[in-house]
Amino acid sequence: MMLAIDLAMVIEKLVLIVVVVSASLVIAMYTTFAERKVAAILQDRRGPNRAGPFGLLQPLADGLKLFFKEEIIPNFSSKFLFILGPALAMLTAVMTSAVIPWGDKISFFGRDVSLQIADINIGVLYVFGVVSLGVYGIMIGSWASNNKFSLMGGLRAASQIISYELAMGISLIALLMVTGTLSLKEMVVQQQQGGWGGFLGWNILKQPLGFLIFLICAFAECNRTPFDLPEAENELIGGYHTEYSSMKLGFYLFAEYINMFISSVIMATLFFGGYDMPFVDEAGLSPNIAALIGVAALMGKVIFFIFLFMWVRWTIPRFRYDQLMHLGWRILIPLALFNMLVTGAVILYFNK
Amino acid sequence: MQALTNRVKVVERKPMSFLERMYLPAIFKGMMITFSHIFKKKPTINYPEIQRPFSPVFRGLQVLNRDEEGRENCTACGLCAVACPAEAITMEAAERQPGEEHLYREEKYAAKYEINMLRCIFCGLCEEACPKDAIYLSETFTPADYQRKQFIYAKNDLLIPHPVNEPEAYKKALGNKSNKEKVS
Repeated sequence: MMLAIDLAMVIEKLVLIVVVVSASLVIAMYTTFAERKVAAILQDRRGPNRAGPFGLLQPLADGLKLFFKEEIIPNFSSKFLFILGPALAMLTAVMTSAVIPWGDKISFFGRDVSLQIADINIGVLYVFGVVSLGVYGIMIGSWASNNKFSLMGGLRAASQIISYELAMGISLIALLMVTGTLSLKEMVVQQQQGGWGGFLGWNILKQPLGFLIFLICAFAECNRTPFDLPEAENELIGGYHTEYSSMKLGFYLFAEYINMFISSVIMATLFFGGYDMPFVDEAGLSPNIAALIGVAALMGKVIFFIFLFMWVRWTIPRFRYDQLMHLGWRILIPLALFNMLVTGAVILYFNK
Repeated sequence: MQALTNRVKVVERKPMSFLERMYLPAIFKGMMITFSHIFKKKPTINYPEIQRPFSPVFRGLQVLNRDEEGRENCTACGLCAVACPAEAITMEAAERQPGEEHLYREEKYAAKYEINMLRCIFCGLCEEACPKDAIYLSETFTPADYQRKQFIYAKNDLLIPHPVNEPEAYKKALGNKSNKEKVS
């Protein structure tokens, strides 16, 4: 009997994993398309519109092109690490999606299926751990390609991500003091409780400064403009992926877009109520429909954040390296510490 | 020092205020500017679907003309080749044999007529030099090709379709040549 239940559980989780991973891959694929389209529209151009209706098949064509390109492994590279780099970047990018609550429970053939792969009680820490591993993909790949420019890109990526992770962590500590939990699922449940249809419970209202710091650090973690120094193409050729070609290059670019997607999801979950759609819980819909609306709400928030990523990219020029370090160490970290202390003081004052 | 003009603008170099040093308002302003571009009209023309009309004086690919019975106008006098500044035109003349009156309008014709489209500068001097209205520049581009030798257009490539045998193709090839004459 126990075995049967476990088997059902395993199947349920496997299906969920397949769905989540393939969904994030497809979304990342179409994010590349959206990036080009958004860039074009913001610059009064049309963007890709040849492949399929409205150019919707463009990402498939791009992927096909990358697969058919010649795979070059430089002679003087360290071959194992050269292959390990993009693999690691891709792996860590996809792994983060495991702890994200994509929606509420839905009942399916009399079973309550939670739309989360693993509800672990240290969800946020897990995300942080995996995201910090992500920089190894870039570092290993850049070092293994035995190229000065790659190495410089890798060094920049490493120091940038480490610098901004500090401020990100501290800004998150303030949030954790408010929520009192590390589980992402519980955070969403807490945010659903607030007044005005759940809207007033969103953490953005409690931690606006924390969110701002988190947002800036998320841009830096994803190597997005204005923090895209690791691949600054006019200084470093291509940065860490200079020597890469074919699908290994594709993996690096793809990992960046998956990271973007995942950090959008995390920002939505931590600060914008995750799958909470105001006034839906109160409307008394059947749980399945409410859960689906929740998933749609989360996706809506994610799409907004992805658009924000692109919007900023096509507005702001790149930082100079010393400006980047100045912002990280001398502005964001003191600001995050200040935010943490004020949050702590306020919580103590109200004796929460 | 006396100012040389009254258009001098003095640049203020005072230190930035706190708001300016935060940069966020400026970034937000920039983002609003980029956002407003979403609603701007795009100047791009979707080329293969929408084609802009050619100007009436557009000079494109050369066409060898026929008269209304379908006889070739060209008499291989060589004036176009002489006029051509890029020396792109070569031809060989031949005498019309009895029984070929339906093919050639006059008793001399071009047995071989070649234009090297890689040399041609589309100046239109051949059209102006021609006394027989036998060559004119149409409103088409020279299509791209993979080999250089494909760009040497022989007489068959240049001749306009037969007006009696293929009237529709003839009309299409003629384009609005009639308009062109009105303008000039």
